[in-house]
Amino acid sequence: MSLPRLLAGIDDLPMDQRRHTSVHGELPRWRATELLAELERSGLRGRGGGGFPLALKLAAVRRGGSSPVVVVNGTESEPMSTKDRLLMWCAPHLIVDGAVALADAIGAAEVIFCLDELEPRIHESLHREIGERAEGRRLTMGIVATPGGYVTGHESAIVHWHDDGIATPLPNPPRVSERGVRRRPTLVANVETVAHVALIARHGADWFRELGTEADPGTALITLSGAVADPGVYEIAHGEPLASLLRTAGGASEPIRAFLVGGYGGGWVDAGELPKLRLSRAQLRPFGTRLGAGVVVALGQSACPVAEIARAAEWLSAQSAGQCGPCIHGLGSIAAGMASIRDGDDPPTLDRVARWCELVTGRGACAHPDGVAEFISSALRVFAPELIDHAELGRCDACDASPTLTLSGTHAVH
Amino acid sequence: MRIEIDPIACDGHGLCAELLPELIALDEWGYPLIADREVPPELEALARRAASVCPTLALRLAPRHRAGQR
Amino acid sequence: MKAYWYLTRASGAVSLILLTVAVVVGILSIGRVQSQRWPRFVIDGVHRSSSLLAVAFLAVHVATAVLDSFAPISLLDAVIPFAGSYRPLWLGLGAVALDLLLAVTITSLLRRRLGHRRWRMVHWLAYATWPIAVVHSLGTGSDVRLAWLQLTCAVCGAAVVAAVLARIAIGWPAHRRIRIGALGALTAALVSVALWLPQGPLGHDWAKRAGTPTNLLPASERGARS
Repeated sequence: MSLPRLLAGIDDLPMDQRRHTSVHGELPRWRATELLAELERSGLRGRGGGGFPLALKLAAVRRGGSSPVVVVNGTESEPMSTKDRLLMWCAPHLIVDGAVALADAIGAAEVIFCLDELEPRIHESLHREIGERAEGRRLTMGIVATPGGYVTGHESAIVHWHDDGIATPLPNPPRVSERGVRRRPTLVANVETVAHVALIARHGADWFRELGTEADPGTALITLSGAVADPGVYEIAHGEPLASLLRTAGGASEPIRAFLVGGYGGGWVDAGELPKLRLSRAQLRPFGTRLGAGVVVALGQSACPVAEIARAAEWLSAQSAGQCGPCIHGLGSIAAGMASIRDGDDPPTLDRVARWCELVTGRGACAHPDGVAEFISSALRVFAPELIDHAELGRCDACDASPTLTLSGTHAVH
Repeated sequence: MRIEIDPIACDGHGLCAELLPELIALDEWGYPLIADREVPPELEALARRAASVCPTLALRLAPRHRAGQR
Repeated sequence: MKAYWYLTRASGAVSLILLTVAVVVGILSIGRVQSQRWPRFVIDGVHRSSSLLAVAFLAVHVATAVLDSFAPISLLDAVIPFAGSYRPLWLGLGAVALDLLLAVTITSLLRRRLGHRRWRMVHWLAYATWPIAVVHSLGTGSDVRLAWLQLTCAVCGAAVVAAVLARIAIGWPAHRRIRIGALGALTAALVSVALWLPQGPLGHDWAKRAGTPTNLLPASERGARS
């Protein structure tokens, strides 16, 4: 079986159960230990940005104790990503399948689906589908609406929101796999990850590994945006060359300056590297970036990278949960520094900004500052000429152009 | 023994850096930078005092070879 | 034994002075007042030591007051307020201050176990302990007319007022409402004491009005109409 897998049978409307079964087949029931072994063999990693092996997470939750909870994370707080919304809208049954399979595998009696409060349409649709599926099972399934905000999608922020109504990350230790929702061991899995589980449960680990690479098996959803003819969500096999994906998306709409791979927690790569860029975690590492939640943005030559970065840096700084000093001050300094560089207004040196990036890494309760540090450090490397130029001469004509990087939900389901 | 800081509780008071300059420095915003090594035996008593004196109880002492955070 | 009576008054005064030191240093510490010569951990050490010493002298103060045979003060009166027969209100305030101080001290000793938030909630009671202790000393003691006690209370009072004002000023205008509230409370407290003193402890027949048992009153005041 080849592509598409997750996106098989998808069109503009939600797939109802009948169509879902005709496209994907029935969901077989597995013995818990066997499904866990199969998931481990598949090498499936989380698709929410962390890329953590699912089997390890499952093992940690099982060790955590009794009454575990499954949380399906559909908050999709990465602004330029729309894949999770797409899956939740178009293929809700696939997600419910995966959630149920995971719940059975770890012995959970409760599944919580999380999605952004600004998506009432998806909320209603999911609510309907869950209603149909919940009958006759000893499984409680509910939906929780989460507030906007970049750090809201963090595992512990979801737990915090669910239990106390505050959407900020919690101290770690303890991990949510030990103590999460209502202090019980909690598995938080991204929507796409859960959908992959549903397919592995049908077709097996060997099938899953037929596509992709040895180190990064399977397929992934990429949200492609920026200077391309057909932006949107695409399913690729891991290891696919970015150039090939671009062709599928109708090619670039103008000459490209650089690619942002991995969203705001990822990194920039010069367009010259395009022939060497392959989309998998292992193959992106030498370029100092990662696939993350599958966001790829093509920055055209007509855009001003400095203005884009400065604008993003300011937003990212404001998105801090405001709990940890180094994040608050560090991201603030970085944002102010990038703005000064853009305006040529007593700017800091690039080394100083790089130093700030080092100072915020690993010193917060969540990985938000680390992600921003990577985003900015890679920008310092890739856009050094433009940055130096702006530092001396100030704003350029392209600074006020309409931005390529989106900051918060202008989400249209493709 | 290793020094760990709860980043949410830490308010940058800086008493820890006063007591243990050998292991703790303050960044430009007043927040602690911990040296990535074990507390040597001769500094253990001071480390305990630093944990006790922290106004927000953000500084903790962990036994050696603690598994990585986050 | 007359010595107990002297000891209780002296140790009470010393305890109040030490408590004042603890409160002032505590206020400055949380206001992040720093200097090169006084590292913050030293300031923290002074705060802890003076508080513990204050408790020690308080223990002497209570023990000698109980042991002294002049006034009928029992050990229970030291912790259960307003139930005694000697100046019940004013002595009772001392018991309240003692209870609060015990709560603050014990939670501080167990701070690591309780966690920061719970410790902090109880520690705020310290702001109540000090003024209650001052009013207790002005109302209960027989030394209120004497210069040494008046001077002690005045200096301690001035120190705490200065520290509170400094604390309100640092970082103004953040948390404006709380600071204005604190300023208001401080002003109200000062005005109340200023009004109360001349009519109260410094007024006539205070010993009788304060609730000293009749048999202990000087003959001149017994049977005097209030």
